[in-house]
Amino acid sequence: MKTVFLDNNATTRVAPEVVKEMLPYFSDYYGNPSSMHYFGGQVEKKVVEAREQVAQLINCDPTEIIFTSCGTESNSTAIRGTLGSYTDKKHMVTSRVEHPAVLNLVRHLSKDSYDATELPVDRKGRLDLTDLEQALTDSTAVVSIMYANNETGVIFPIEEIGQMVKSRGAVFHTDAVQAVGKIPLDMQKSTVDLLSLSGHKLHAPKGIGALYVRKGTKLTPFMIGGHQERGRRAGTENVPYIIGLGKAAELARRHMEDENTRVKMLRHRLEAELIKRCPDAQVNGDQEHRLPNTTNISFEYVEGESILLLLSAQGIAASSGSACTSGSLEPSHVLRAMGVPFTSVHGSLRLSVSIYNTDDDIDFTIETLPPIIKRLREISPFGRSR
Amino acid sequence: MWNYTDKLKEYFTNPRNVGEIANPDGVGEVGSLACGDALKFMFKLDQNNRIKEAKFQTFGCASAIASASALTEMVIGKTPEEALQITNRDIADYLGGMPEEKMHCSVMGREALEAAIARSRGIDLKKQLEGEVVCKCFGITDREIERVIRENNLTSVADVTHYTKAGGGCESCRPEIESIIAAVHGQSRQEPAQQQKPAKRSLSNIQRMKLIEETIEREIRPSLRTDGGDIDLIDIQGTKVLVTLRGACTACPSSGFTLKGLVQSKLREFVSDDIEVVVES
Repeated sequence: MKTVFLDNNATTRVAPEVVKEMLPYFSDYYGNPSSMHYFGGQVEKKVVEAREQVAQLINCDPTEIIFTSCGTESNSTAIRGTLGSYTDKKHMVTSRVEHPAVLNLVRHLSKDSYDATELPVDRKGRLDLTDLEQALTDSTAVVSIMYANNETGVIFPIEEIGQMVKSRGAVFHTDAVQAVGKIPLDMQKSTVDLLSLSGHKLHAPKGIGALYVRKGTKLTPFMIGGHQERGRRAGTENVPYIIGLGKAAELARRHMEDENTRVKMLRHRLEAELIKRCPDAQVNGDQEHRLPNTTNISFEYVEGESILLLLSAQGIAASSGSACTSGSLEPSHVLRAMGVPFTSVHGSLRLSVSIYNTDDDIDFTIETLPPIIKRLREISPFGRSR
Repeated sequence: MWNYTDKLKEYFTNPRNVGEIANPDGVGEVGSLACGDALKFMFKLDQNNRIKEAKFQTFGCASAIASASALTEMVIGKTPEEALQITNRDIADYLGGMPEEKMHCSVMGREALEAAIARSRGIDLKKQLEGEVVCKCFGITDREIERVIRENNLTSVADVTHYTKAGGGCESCRPEIESIIAAVHGQSRQEPAQQQKPAKRSLSNIQRMKLIEETIEREIRPSLRTDGGDIDLIDIQGTKVLVTLRGACTACPSSGFTLKGLVQSKLREFVSDDIEVVVES
């Protein structure tokens, strides 16, 4: 069966070049980079190289990169680490549409001695920066706003936000897990202090991430122990995965143009054709400021899990904001924060493209999805088949 | 990914009996677009009072579609009384089981079936199951929760959420669900021994009559009236309660069910569990 993977915001295929780069570091070069002997030395060199590759992708200094185990660890380190460094400040600002890795952490912390402001978004998923201005106080320690939303792909005006945050003396963290590798980022020209990225969103394996920490940013370590990562993240380096992330970062830099031209066209064609072929369907989120690879479409009168399973039976992988697919009974907090009606949230479908998708994949999906929607609407008591 | 059985997947992928019936004998609708699942179930009887045709329309996930489809197959050939014996568990079993988190889909099937049969007899079941809304996110009442706890012997809040969705949204009603569980289980242990029998013993004939009258007035009459019918209490002979039906109810061929299903169960619930209802024509 033909398989079409259109769920690249959930995870990505590990690039074959990445796998090839990693393999020798399991059984041939298995040294600990901290060791003095040659076994450690040859490995240490590769870790240095990987750090440079990641730094190049976001244009920062290699010393500003800390390797972590995943995006969630990067986010936790950034937020907890900042609060730990500014103990007199008890306030945080974030948005209602953050990934749970930030939102649930902020909510967890605000049960204790912290206050948090969750900024609302409008119907297109955009922030109103006057809300941010009003939320910032002298007591604000950290502002954590995602670079781009995982469900809709909407990109926030990160530099404008950063300027406001800096002018109030707070630390600015951005969860850029969905942005890194998809759009060009330049930390030399940025106001961002802390930036999280995750390997498996950019064709490296799961289980590796990084946190960018701008020089001079105070950050209390989250993992305490050995001297690894210059004391900022203890624990023996996950060598093969770090090397994998480095390789993936190098590839992402090379594919950046492809991502923003060919991939963007694939997404555009997919979205436009589906909207054309399916009545009562609309795109969720700001279509102007958006990742090149993501589309989120609501199909009225049908439920997301049913769409996903019928798509899956045809070999197409996607995801949905529907309650039935979330593991809880709550439909997407992102779409609900945007004020998308419940009825549209249940029938929402996220399709996220990658450089490995082809024109054929898009053609196949354009042919396969509309009949599925039509069929489910024929079963539904609400939508009449049209 | 949910661990669905092959049979469930088959009923989802190739659902049986999708659609509508012209002039159905009963239609039941449960759920809503906002809740994320909704089911419209309808059936038609043959001259022997057996269900000859059943159809459904579902807005919902795979297990909701499969449950509804299974239900239509299960009821065909049965009389309404026989069909009412089908529990949500039977629907789940028919499909070879269902993930616990999805049991509310089978409950929805059972509810739609009951609503359709009741409707065919002029009763609006929705009104009967009214009560205090406990879960505001999904609009689930205390009575619905109590019932599902009793019928499926549920013991935890998570169970109740799986079976009714209640507590699955903002979660603020979880303590209340907890106390409903405690109350139901406390009650069912004590009921036969302590609560019911002493209550029965201590009722004088007049008290008993009064309680029956009150129950009819409060629990039964309003729902009959919404459908243009009414009920009169004629006599009470020991455990036998004699009543007549008026208005729309007299023309309804299934008034036997109306009484058995509604009046008797209400009187048993509120007065005593040995009451027999007899309809005078």
